[in-house]
Order: sequence, then structure tokens, then C-alpha cells
Amino acid sequence: MVDPAALLRKLGHSVVDRIWRLGFAARFLFAILRFSGASFRRLPLTIREVYFSGVLSLLIISVSGLFVGLVLGLQGYETLQRYGSTEALGILVALSLVRELGPVVAGLLFASRAGSSITAEIGLMKATEQLKAMDMMAVNPIARVIAPRFWGGVISMPLLAALFSAMGVLGGWLIGVVFIGVDDGAFWSQMQAGVDFRYDIVNGVIKSFVFGIAVSLIAVFEGYDSVPTAEGVSRAITRTVVTSALAILALDFVLTSFMFRGTS
Amino acid sequence: MKIPRGKVVAIMGGSGCGKTTLLRCIGGQLKPTGGRVRLDKHRVSEMSHDDLYRIRRQMGMLFQFGALFTDMSVFDNVAFPIREHTDMSEEMIRDLVLMKLAAVGLRGAHGLMPGELSGGMARRVALARAVALDPMLVMYDEPFTGLDPIALGVIGQLIRKLNDALGATSIMVTHDVQESLLIVDYIYFISGGRIVAEGTPDDLRASRDPFVHQFVHAEVDGPVRFDYPAPSARDEFLPGVAHG
Repeated sequence: MVDPAALLRKLGHSVVDRIWRLGFAARFLFAILRFSGASFRRLPLTIREVYFSGVLSLLIISVSGLFVGLVLGLQGYETLQRYGSTEALGILVALSLVRELGPVVAGLLFASRAGSSITAEIGLMKATEQLKAMDMMAVNPIARVIAPRFWGGVISMPLLAALFSAMGVLGGWLIGVVFIGVDDGAFWSQMQAGVDFRYDIVNGVIKSFVFGIAVSLIAVFEGYDSVPTAEGVSRAITRTVVTSALAILALDFVLTSFMFRGTS
Repeated sequence: MKIPRGKVVAIMGGSGCGKTTLLRCIGGQLKPTGGRVRLDKHRVSEMSHDDLYRIRRQMGMLFQFGALFTDMSVFDNVAFPIREHTDMSEEMIRDLVLMKLAAVGLRGAHGLMPGELSGGMARRVALARAVALDPMLVMYDEPFTGLDPIALGVIGQLIRKLNDALGATSIMVTHDVQESLLIVDYIYFISGGRIVAEGTPDDLRASRDPFVHQFVHAEVDGPVRFDYPAPSARDEFLPGVAHG
């Protein structure tokens, strides 16, 4: 027999707990911004993190982008063919990638490739008292460890999303033009005419930038806030990937509804 | 509790009695809920973040398992506090780091990564890092845990030698009685959040206090109980039987 009052209490506790964590994460973001000076004054610290979260994600991002582009090419051609407008394949592929798939899929991949490793690294540094040791040496771990990783992610993410879109367009071109035989000139000229720099590309970049902030914040926060045991760190990594994915999809909906209101 | 300048003082007590918490309070990482921590003429427990960081530059701390930065080599670990807090040239840093490493006998290991070190070596590197900036106060959190007898003796001697060479003050939290009695000047025993005994090593060896006696001679039962508090054995094993 379940006691409804106890159930309600439990629900209340978990809601309050979540709100409290959200508030803590917001304060954490302010702390990161406050202590970000060193990440820019001592650029090598941040560049190292751009290498770890960005450069090391290049392979997975390029290969995934290529495959997504190949699939888009196939599916797009299949549908456009029914309406006899296969030369619109270029614009279809480019718009899908630049507006949506590039930022979103690159963000999801970035969260699982780089976000999880940031959380794991910070969580283990915490578990082995490295952060405390740094603090005792009068070196602020937020300035020295957290902020460079955060900015490394924020810088990497838009670049990775752009690369993802570029590889996707290449994939669409490979399938459409090289294998199926859509007219090369039509493919590119329709794309050139149909993709607006401000409306499509800039909005896509804004999205990827916002996702970069969200994923990097979640990754460093979960690591910093993890319970310093093997189990705690593993849970933190899981939470990073799950929360990042949800955050990206939810933010994508919000951003899309503000950005794209039908072409006038 | 008073810790005089220039001495090596041990704080002893059973596991979980608040020794490490005490060190954290002295280092200002925790704020005491009651009482006050004074260092030199500063009140550590009431300092602002910036002042605390200023005074921590004069403190060194050795963590239980070394807490070396695993993504840096031994050399970079020892150089870390110097690079963060001074503008020394790389050449000077190099000489200084190698000197510190030589003091703990690991000059030859400067190129290794922390993962390649044994427990005792890692502790020695961490010791070199803790004293890299010649602190006036060095704190040791369980410096002997998990070391073999040789490494244990080495660390013990190093703590004593470094303290005297630097003219520093050392506070050591430990439950390793035999090793500590050999090297420290004064000992506090704490239990249940209060000081239950204090004295020089000779005082404590001769002490008739039951707690100190149990601790120094490692007896199983005494003022510190062997049994964790539990309901009476009768209730636990024979729940249905009426008391008669």
C-alpha cells in the first residue's frame, strides 16, 4: 500500500531539488564568466581545450556529416523526383543542414564525444582531490580548470557544426550529382540562390553557438557537481549526455520558433 | 589547541573523528560552525576569498593520496605553484623544481607521469610540490596511509628534514602512531570532537590515560569500543521471546 502523502512529498522533494540544482548551475555560469579572464589572458590554456574538445572531434563530425548528407541526397531525390524538381536537391540538402541538422546533430555528437569526456575528466579530478589541492595552492579551479574547458567547448561547437554542414552538402552532392546524375549547375545555382546568408546561415550559426554554451555548461557543471566516487562520476557522465540531448532539442524548438516564421 | 612555530605537531585520533576536517578549517576550505582559527595574526575563519588566497600561498598541503595533477608530468606538477604565483623565468623554474625534487630524492623522475609512480614516490612528488614556494606552514593529511614500511620511513624523515630546513611549521594528521612518535615534537589526541590528550612523544608513551594507552598500543577494545552501537543481542536474535 503506497502512502499518497509520502508519494507527494517525494515528488515535491525531487522538484525542489531540481530547481535548486538549476539555480546552482546558473550561479556556476556566473562564476565561470567572472573568472574567465585567465582563459583569455593565458590563451594556451583555452587553445589546449579547443584541441581536446574540437580537433579530436573532427573525425566523428566529418564522417557523420558525410553520411547524413548521403542519406539526405537519397531521400531528397526520391521525394523530389515525384514532383519532377530534382534540381532543387541542392537547396533542400543545404537548407536542412544549415538550419537544423548541422547544429542539432553536431551538438548531439559533440555532447557525447566531448561533453562526456569533459565531465569525466573534471569528475575524476574532483574524486582524486586535484581540485581541492589546486584550491589549497591558491589557484582557483574555476579559473584554471573549468573556464578554459567551457570556452574551449563554446569555441569548438559552431566550427564543428559548420564543418558538419559542409560535409553534409558534399555528401548530398556526391549522391545527387555524381551517382544519380542531377545536373551539376542546377544543384549549385539553386543552392546559391535559395540559401540566404542572414536568414539561414547566421541563424544556424547562432543555434550552434547556443548549443555550444548549453553543452559546455552542462558538461563542466555535471563534472564539478559530481559525487566524487566511481559510481558518482559515471552517473554524472550519463546525466551530461542525457541532459545535453534534451537541452539541445528543446532549445532548438524555441530558437526555431523565433527565427523562422515562413519566408515573406 | 596551539601549534607553535617551527615545530612538527601531530593530530591523532581514530578514523572519522574529524582530523581532516580540522585541517580543512585551518586551510580555510571549511568554515568552522563554532570557534576560530588563527594563523600568525590572521583570523583564517573570517577572511575574504582574496585574503584567503593570499595567505594560502604561504601554506603547503600534502593530500592523502598526493592529489598530483594526472595530466601533467612530475616536473610540471612541482612547477605548477611556481608558474601560477611567480614571474620567474623558465630557467629559474627548472633549477628550482629540480632542487625541490632532489630534496625528496626524485630528481631523476622529473620526466615521468604521475601514473608511472609508485604510491610512495607520488607522495614524495606531492611533498616537493607542497614546499615548492617555501611555505611557512605545511599540512599533511594522512601522509603514511597505504605505504610500505620503507616508503613510510622515508616520508617520515622527509617531513622532519624539510620542516627544519625550511624553518616551517608542520601539522600532520595521522593515525600511524609508531611512525609519528619518532618524528614529531608534540601530539594532540582528539576523539569525538575534543582534545582528549596531548603531550610530547615521551609523555604519551608513558601515559596511563586509557584512551592514549589503547591507541598507542593498538588494543582492540577500550574507551573506543569494538562494537558499533546496536540493539541488544537478545532483541536482535530472539525477537519473539519475552524478556524474563
